[in-house]
Amino acid sequence: MIIYGVALLSGCSLVGLFVGELLGKLLGVQANVGGVGIAMLLLVLASGSKLCQPLVSGESATGIKFWSAMYIPIIVAMAAGQNVVAAVDGGMLALLAGALATVLCFLLVPVLARMGPQGVPLPPLDTAADNKPAQPGSH
Amino acid sequence: MQTLLGVVAANGLITAFTLVGLTVWLSYWLSRVLTHGRIHGSAIAIILGLAAAWWAGKLTGGTRGVADISLLSGLGLMGGGMLRDFGIVSTAFGVQLGELKKSGVVGVISIFVGVLVSFIVGAVVAIGFGYRDAISITTIGAGAVTYIVGPVTGAAIGASSEVLALSVAAGVVKAVLVMVATPMVARYIGLNNPQTAMVFGGLMGTTSGVAGGLAATDPRLVPYGAMTATFYTGVGCLLGPSLLYFAVRALV
Repeated sequence: MIIYGVALLSGCSLVGLFVGELLGKLLGVQANVGGVGIAMLLLVLASGSKLCQPLVSGESATGIKFWSAMYIPIIVAMAAGQNVVAAVDGGMLALLAGALATVLCFLLVPVLARMGPQGVPLPPLDTAADNKPAQPGSH
Repeated sequence: MQTLLGVVAANGLITAFTLVGLTVWLSYWLSRVLTHGRIHGSAIAIILGLAAAWWAGKLTGGTRGVADISLLSGLGLMGGGMLRDFGIVSTAFGVQLGELKKSGVVGVISIFVGVLVSFIVGAVVAIGFGYRDAISITTIGAGAVTYIVGPVTGAAIGASSEVLALSVAAGVVKAVLVMVATPMVARYIGLNNPQTAMVFGGLMGTTSGVAGGLAATDPRLVPYGAMTATFYTGVGCLLGPSLLYFAVRALV
């Protein structure tokens, strides 16, 4: 049943967000601390456990896969709901602070990534957009 | 016409699905025809969304982009925190626990480095623009962390509303820039594997930026980046009004 997968996903989300709120309260922070991350961990653990197998295989799995396929459309709707005017009207100070922070963090990605275990690149996606030739080691 | 508008307004979420579907279709078409697939369709869709948000903000004077237009309020629901978080959680389906564990430590380090670096950059820019009091410097620095950390920190230490607005604006600039620029720089920073995606999520931190940027780069990286990014705002809200504020106060 598709609803079983959706219900498992919803249950993991609610528990994760609840724990995140509690963590925030515990730390005295006015924010949810890692709720979504905890929910993701729960879902990963559930899909690996024997007990939850009926909820994450066959028909039930399509209930979860549907939402993960809806992710990009949701992000497009999210982009359309951003306060872009504030970003543009914030003037040079906001622009510089935001842009410099972004650029510096971009530059730090390879530096920190080298500290951890080396990741194996994912195989290319088989969409038209990714049919351009790969250029390993460029720059 | 009146009847049609009535149906559209009464079924906000369904209207949103239709509009986003059309936008995505148009974006993939543009990607194929204009850029020969060089710019990914989802990146174009996100940019179109941001452009629509700018246009709607100018039109309505509101803060929620197209969601402030009553006929399009369903887009606010579809792109709001509830479905965004639900969508992010669902992307974890199929993630291997081992991949997450591999980068656990460096992932956590990246969160703290990311908060600290963004804060320092924001604070230095604030000083460069003539701010000399610890409260304003801290609030603008916190805004460069994320647009949630900024106002939370500013409210906690009593910043002026002008400074609060600036700090939110800095955070939104960062979120928008991460969304748009990530697919362009991904190749140069080695963002093509789960481990780097976790570091990326921890360093950038802005949940909407990371979610949008990775979606436009390679959707399979989303869960790894989102996993660390989701802790970032919490860490920022924790450090902003406390440790970072005290540090700034001691320095100025």
